Amino acid sequence: MMIDCRHVWSQVSDYIDGTVTQGERETIERHLANCRHCSAVMDSTRNILVLVGDARTFEVPVGFGERLHNRLQRSMDAHESDE
Amino acid sequence: MRWYGVSLNTEMNARTMAGNDGEPTAAAAESCAREASAIARILAGERELFHELIRPYERGLYVAAYSILQNEADAEDAAQESVIKAYKGLKSFRGDAKFSTWLMAITLNEARSRLRQTKGDQFDSIDDCDEERGDYTPSMLADWRYIPSEQLERKELRQALREAMACLSPEQREVLILRDVRGMSIAETAEATGVSEGLVKVRLFRARLSMQKLLVPKLAPKQRGFMGWLTRKAGGR
Repeated sequence: MMIDCRHVWSQVSDYIDGTVTQGERETIERHLANCRHCSAVMDSTRNILVLVGDARTFEVPVGFGERLHNRLQRSMDAHESDE
Repeated sequence: MRWYGVSLNTEMNARTMAGNDGEPTAAAAESCAREASAIARILAGERELFHELIRPYERGLYVAAYSILQNEADAEDAAQESVIKAYKGLKSFRGDAKFSTWLMAITLNEARSRLRQTKGDQFDSIDDCDEERGDYTPSMLADWRYIPSEQLERKELRQALREAMACLSPEQREVLILRDVRGMSIAETAEATGVSEGLVKVRLFRARLSMQKLLVPKLAPKQRGFMGWLTRKAGGR
């Protein structure tokens, strides 16, 4: 089955998630093998998502964990004395 | 460069230990059993165990809150408050969902509530509740030079990613963070955000295509390449 580029773009996210059917996957991959633009769209999207998912992209503020547990402890202590 | 078949965010998926279909692996089942045991002990009086229970998730709670609030101090406060709410409401946790999903749902609600207080109702815009995918055209390019994760040591790249993320709607940021940063399955993302799996997929589609559209012109300018752009942004260092 022949598909156009627009159809591939509409499936990029599901393809990355592996939620397209086997038949759809094969059709998309045949298109990608012959279309450098769609291939570059797929590669760039996946690369960007890997970068977004890296722990370095969204760092927590210094001391976050310590402040969180200190506040939690104070709240736990107060909660216990209320009970 | 082609890299089809490479698992996205392997580290994150390994951490949540669930496949794309949300089916738990043996390791995930074991982890859930350990958490259920810890929760029972906490409710029986070993309250200090709660610190250990939340420790694996605290970074994710902050990032999720930040994705909505876009402010470090507010996100930290929202993450702290949601952990306290989870502790006080632990008795109501029934174990229908994973503890991490329940905890994330509390955090998202806390962050959404704060956003509403400060900026009005920005959530559930008509566009983002529409399950039609719409007509998204990505940034077109003839080739993509793979950017290795090591480049994230450069603050210019991290800044570009965060700026692109800030351009998304809060709903899109939310699903992108849960799925692509935290590695939650579609089903878990739907459960934590309180929307259907279909809507999660639509929001993910829009978010991912928007990120590609926003970032490709910055990261791969024609004939220059990412490294040239990065060097110029860094003042030629």
